[in-house]
Amino acid sequence: MPLQLQAQFHEPGQRYFRDFTPGDDFYQALIDAHRDLSDAQSERLNARLILLLANHIGDIAVLREALALARSGA
Amino acid sequence: MPTYAYPEFAYRPPQDLLVGAPQRRPLIVVGAGPVGLAAAIDARLHGLPVLLLDEDATVSLGSRAVCYAKRTLEILDRLGVGEAACQRGVSWNVGRTFLDEQEVYRFDLVAEPGHKRPGMINLQQYHLEDMLVARAQALGVDLRWRYQVVGVQNQADHIALQVQTPDGPLAIEADWLIVADGARSPLRRALGLDTQGHVFMDRFLIADVVMQADYPAERWLWFDPPFHRGQTVLLHKQSDDVWRIDFQLGWDADPEQERQPERVIPRIQAMLGDKRPFTLEWVSIYTFQCRRMKDFRAGRALFVGDAAHQVSPFGARGANSGIQDADDLVWKLALVIQGLAPHSLLDSYSEDRRFAADENILNSTRSTDFITPKSRVSQTFRDAVLHLAREHPFARKLVNSGRLSMPSVLTASRLNTPDTDTFSGDMVPGAPLADAPLLRESRATWLLDEMGGAFTLLLFAPDSSAITPALQAELDALRQQPIAVHSRLITADGSGNSLADVQGLAAQRYDAQHAAVYLIRPDQHVAARWRGLSLAGVPAALARASGQPNP
Repeated sequence: MPLQLQAQFHEPGQRYFRDFTPGDDFYQALIDAHRDLSDAQSERLNARLILLLANHIGDIAVLREALALARSGA
Repeated sequence: MPTYAYPEFAYRPPQDLLVGAPQRRPLIVVGAGPVGLAAAIDARLHGLPVLLLDEDATVSLGSRAVCYAKRTLEILDRLGVGEAACQRGVSWNVGRTFLDEQEVYRFDLVAEPGHKRPGMINLQQYHLEDMLVARAQALGVDLRWRYQVVGVQNQADHIALQVQTPDGPLAIEADWLIVADGARSPLRRALGLDTQGHVFMDRFLIADVVMQADYPAERWLWFDPPFHRGQTVLLHKQSDDVWRIDFQLGWDADPEQERQPERVIPRIQAMLGDKRPFTLEWVSIYTFQCRRMKDFRAGRALFVGDAAHQVSPFGARGANSGIQDADDLVWKLALVIQGLAPHSLLDSYSEDRRFAADENILNSTRSTDFITPKSRVSQTFRDAVLHLAREHPFARKLVNSGRLSMPSVLTASRLNTPDTDTFSGDMVPGAPLADAPLLRESRATWLLDEMGGAFTLLLFAPDSSAITPALQAELDALRQQPIAVHSRLITADGSGNSLADVQGLAAQRYDAQHAAVYLIRPDQHVAARWRGLSLAGVPAALARASGQPNP
């Protein structure tokens, strides 16, 4: 299964009236998770988050694709 | 030669109000900005006498609130100024977002055809206020310019005002007071009330620039453009060749310095990239905050617009939500003043509009964080979204350069009757009505134009034979009640006196392909709905929607 690049954010049981809301909900949660952290703490949080989510995805082929896209234009 | 000449409204001495002072009025509105004017006009449409006080004698200085959203235009239609506003204003639906010089995201406010009004018009606030003042005067609003309220006290059964006029002080009282005196709200302060929220540490320069330019009528926002590196710029087209340009300056900018023409002109020249002539008509530096009052009702005082809540401007949720506040409030206040509903109905105004304010604050705050990130990691994520948005759809959806004003769906309103039947689509209880093209006697019309400002039943049926004599008798009886309920029939074929849903868009949007009944509030929000044509649920739903006490 290839890397999903269409919008996927959703929360079970939630009804959305505006199509931008689920993505914005996640984005706010991400920014809020870093509230009051130092730059070093933020960097550590991001590293842990990548590892947690990568394991959840599991499929290494998909992960390689994501790594390649993330690196392009770095 | 400026594009606009500010009117000087005539001062009327208070002699008539001093007779037997303090006089008691059913309704006084303080603040003749767009929201106060909208409230006063709506009050007259409900047959209420209204006194409107304003401390100045002219309209908004500068273009200020520029973007009027579709829902607001629908309200302005109901108030009688929608057509004038749309004729004068610049319609737009498309917004484009650029990173450096490349477009990374585009939105379209009206994703589908079959709506009367566009997603947004741009119209300088002073033009809208001119139209609203003219309408208010035509409807008999008692407008008093240069009347400054300097004191206010809530009493058990009325509210007392002390007013300063050029001819001296005036004491006056009202059963009910609508406070529309803006963000700094002297009346809010005088009543000892506060707002909660926060200030954003940033500054923006906004300028009205008169020039010939062929940018399209679209909202353009640039992140990190070559002409204003590391900052954000926003461009809107207004009427009379006046363009609104916003430049992010950062918190450390000196407002006094930055508003000087010598500082502003080079910025605009850099943006235009050429030597065309232009004039600066108005310049302002603003900071922004997201705040609101805890309760929009304080005894006999009802707060609307910026006096009740403020948002950062990304998304145009300020004036739009204020006008929607007035739309929610005035029909409820009319029922209370007419003795047809208890005072507690006004608490539903505060609840529902706090719900809307929170949605506006949430969206404006998120946009502000994206447009002006306040930490290094926030900036990193923001820039990553913009980078990924060049190629990937999911990232484009995350680009938050402003979630433009949309009306709240009041799902939590105590006035709603929960669905007992299953419906698809968005016309849930609490939703503002979706427009649709219809025919009335073979002439083109719009669903929203066919609604009045009263409770209305929208009945959907294949044809008019579905309205039996017994059903017609029930509908006639509903129109005769103290809280009158009118009705409109929408059919596929326009038989009888019904509205013809020739494109089927009304049936689609209301999930009403067979038979359905919707109870609609005076502010064109859904209160209740049922499948079939039974009106059995209507009395209870009407009682609930008008705040009647439980039997």
